[in-house]
Amino acid sequence: MTKKTLWLASLPAPVLIAMLLLFPGSRKLTASDHPPSANADVKIDNFVFGPQTITVPVGATVTWTNHDDIPHTSVSTEGVFKSKVLDTDEKFSYTFTKAGTYSYYCTIHPKMTGQVIVQ
Amino acid sequence: MPDKNQDLIDQKLQDLNNDGVDRRGFLKCMAWAGTGLVWTMSGGIPVSRAFAKSANRSAAKGSDFTFVQISDSHIGFSKPANPDVTATLQTAINKINAMPQKPDFIIHTGDLSQLSKPSEFDTLDQVLKGASAKQVYFVPGEHDMLSDNGEQFLQRYGKGTKGSGWYSFDQKGVHFVGLVNVANLKAGGMGSLGHEQLEWLEDDLKGRSASTPIVLFAHIPLWTIYPDWGWGTDDSEQALAYVKRFGSVTVLNGHIHQIMQKIEGKVSFHTAMSTAFPQPAPGTAPSAGPMKVPAEKLQQVLGITDVNYVVSGRSLAIVDSPLASAGAAASGNGDSPEHS
Repeated sequence: MTKKTLWLASLPAPVLIAMLLLFPGSRKLTASDHPPSANADVKIDNFVFGPQTITVPVGATVTWTNHDDIPHTSVSTEGVFKSKVLDTDEKFSYTFTKAGTYSYYCTIHPKMTGQVIVQ
Repeated sequence: MPDKNQDLIDQKLQDLNNDGVDRRGFLKCMAWAGTGLVWTMSGGIPVSRAFAKSANRSAAKGSDFTFVQISDSHIGFSKPANPDVTATLQTAINKINAMPQKPDFIIHTGDLSQLSKPSEFDTLDQVLKGASAKQVYFVPGEHDMLSDNGEQFLQRYGKGTKGSGWYSFDQKGVHFVGLVNVANLKAGGMGSLGHEQLEWLEDDLKGRSASTPIVLFAHIPLWTIYPDWGWGTDDSEQALAYVKRFGSVTVLNGHIHQIMQKIEGKVSFHTAMSTAFPQPAPGTAPSAGPMKVPAEKLQQVLGITDVNYVVSGRSLAIVDSPLASAGAAASGNGDSPEHS
């Protein structure tokens, strides 16, 4: 143990907890605290990405599944990700490692648009 | 009996273009189009005649040539809306082959394939080999661009074309322009021609006499039919401005798998039926996808388009005919009574 940790360990518990809460960047502890779901699904049907906008945590994997009877694609407008052509029941997954807002669309039917918000 | 609705309709059906045709006359013609009534604009006067099976083909008499438009064959599609698109394409070809006057060529306005697969293009080529008209001109649909941005399509059908596959050619005094509006589509947009192609088009038309009949053909409609479903081309206004000065312009499109027509001044717009499956009318379904119809009705909503060019006329006569007419056998041997 270093000198610093020895000093910290000598403080009474309530003070320690108060310090934890006050330190910037520390997580707030709540009664219902649980890690958010890592993955999300987007269903493609009737020429629509559903849900059109989804929010996921950093590190989450989003999976698109085509339920339409027509092929579609899921392609980022900034070139971040690009699915192959998805025929009925085919899937595409992408793991988002950086926070941000990712707009995407179907390159075959460009009126179909969606957004993944990663935070 | 006074009818407010009727008054309103009458108001709208005036002769808006000052060309002797009121909308009601035009709409009547449209109702007949599927049954083999042909109409031509000759010196601004509409002339309509019904085809008799005995092939007098009055529109063809004195006609310099005829060609056929087919569209949206979607080879490779195999779902309830049509489990055998190759068979219905074959029926369409049989129908073409049964025409007394052999068409000079066929124009395919795109979506040849469902997934741009080599096997799909191969099958299409195989069926087309049996057509009476050996010359086929193509433009790609969005389904033909799925491998490497249309590389496969260009390799097979793009000889002599520029950019994503545009080109022009002349046939007996008529100038044909094949345009590509399915490349580099932008998110949230509709069809797109792009700056390079528009510049080429302007140059291609420069210096041509205004009396040259022009035919533009492209996959997605070059006029705005229904933006929510992407049925239109974002930058077609520019293209249409280039053809404005010509005396006769015909625009042939596909993509929507149903017939829609419009006349605006000297420009006639026409979209063709698919040979594969129908799609719903704008806004009548949750989406534009394949529409199932009872099996015995399928061949009535698929079809081909015959276009006749008459030298003395000012434009081209367009006749749509389904693969089979109402009441005809579902096997659709092409012997529908109305069309010669």
